[in-house]
Amino acid sequence: MTASRILLGAVIAAAIWGKGGSLVQQAPASASAHRNPMAEDTSAKMAGGKLYARECASCHGAMGEGSGKAPPLARPDIRRAAPGSLFWVLRNGALRHGMPSFAHLPEAQRWQIVTFLQKDK
Amino acid sequence: MPRRTDFHALVLILLSLPGTAAWAGEGPFFITYTHQMEEPGNLELATKNATGRPAEGSRWLGSALELEYGARGWWTTEIYLDGEATGGSGVLFNGYRWENRFRPLAREHWINPVLYIEFENINGADRTLLEVVNHDGEEDLATAPGEARAEKQRELEAKLILGSHWRGWTIAENFIAEKNLRHEPYEFGYAMGISRPLALEARPDRCNLCAENFQVGVEMYGGLGTHDEFGLRGTSHYVAPVVAWTLANGTMFRVSPGFGVTSASAGFVMRFGVSYEVAQFSRAVRNLFRGPGASQ
Repeated sequence: MTASRILLGAVIAAAIWGKGGSLVQQAPASASAHRNPMAEDTSAKMAGGKLYARECASCHGAMGEGSGKAPPLARPDIRRAAPGSLFWVLRNGALRHGMPSFAHLPEAQRWQIVTFLQKDK
Repeated sequence: MPRRTDFHALVLILLSLPGTAAWAGEGPFFITYTHQMEEPGNLELATKNATGRPAEGSRWLGSALELEYGARGWWTTEIYLDGEATGGSGVLFNGYRWENRFRPLAREHWINPVLYIEFENINGADRTLLEVVNHDGEEDLATAPGEARAEKQRELEAKLILGSHWRGWTIAENFIAEKNLRHEPYEFGYAMGISRPLALEARPDRCNLCAENFQVGVEMYGGLGTHDEFGLRGTSHYVAPVVAWTLANGTMFRVSPGFGVTSASAGFVMRFGVSYEVAQFSRAVRNLFRGPGASQ
């Protein structure tokens, strides 16, 4: 029973991955091309950490370990992703899959979160 | 029928559930809805209060307890329990509202529509003024609550909410159509608002009295008559500056002095409220019954 569930989950995950890839990969090239204006800003990294704790940690975990349907964010592919792609994900979310839009945050604060997520690049 | 003590007990039970506080993403407005939806699984508790004194009548206070839940990323559902106190008339429970908001477009656009549908079962003594439609005005607020209670308002209300975020500004427009299920004609109204945080960048440290925690703006709302008497004639309209202050723990305080701008309007309506959001409320409830491992 457990093995069949794992197999079914793997098939569904493969189908979803094959169809659209991860959310970050769905960002259009025009969005991915945007540079993070706060990339090397230490203050922005700290502010991003505060914003992460406030806006993201309840789902993605305090250390970015993920929980439930929310994937972990402390991952090499997130740290190496195009900053513009992460910014695009924060702006749009994935409403059909439980990820809210954070467009209500000013752009500067979204870049601060991106800076924090990629702090160990 | 719930009493005031039941309201307090309900709030205490909800706050005692294990969960972390979250920052509500909503704007500072009392009347105008933005396209911002409640985060899935989060529960927001809020009170919205309005007080005023008509030229001929007693001071009144309308109060709504709001429970807003993010059912899905694209669907927010909300219950309001309305109460009212008017000088010399005691405290009354005036009914409830159940509203649902649906966001049809998955991505963020320049203008983002949200569809709103609400059923309300209240009476004519309701003073929460959560929307103004038709020829609602100061005359309604001057009617004694005992007399006004006789008027049952079982209504369906639909809104088209349009919202935008632009360079730190939040801009929203609402178009309202309301129908009493018994007899009355279709009634129309509108609301619009614009707001902005005082600072666009966050400070590195956790703070209460910092500019990023304050939002300021202004909203305007009013009635547009009925389907066979549509227009501005005899309707009431308000202009209301709004200020919201969010503490580091996520508790938000809002205040808004509203000024009537037509002869049918109440001269002055003071609004104030407080809100608190419980992050991942649904998970906290599951854990309560199944143990902490349930979330994994």
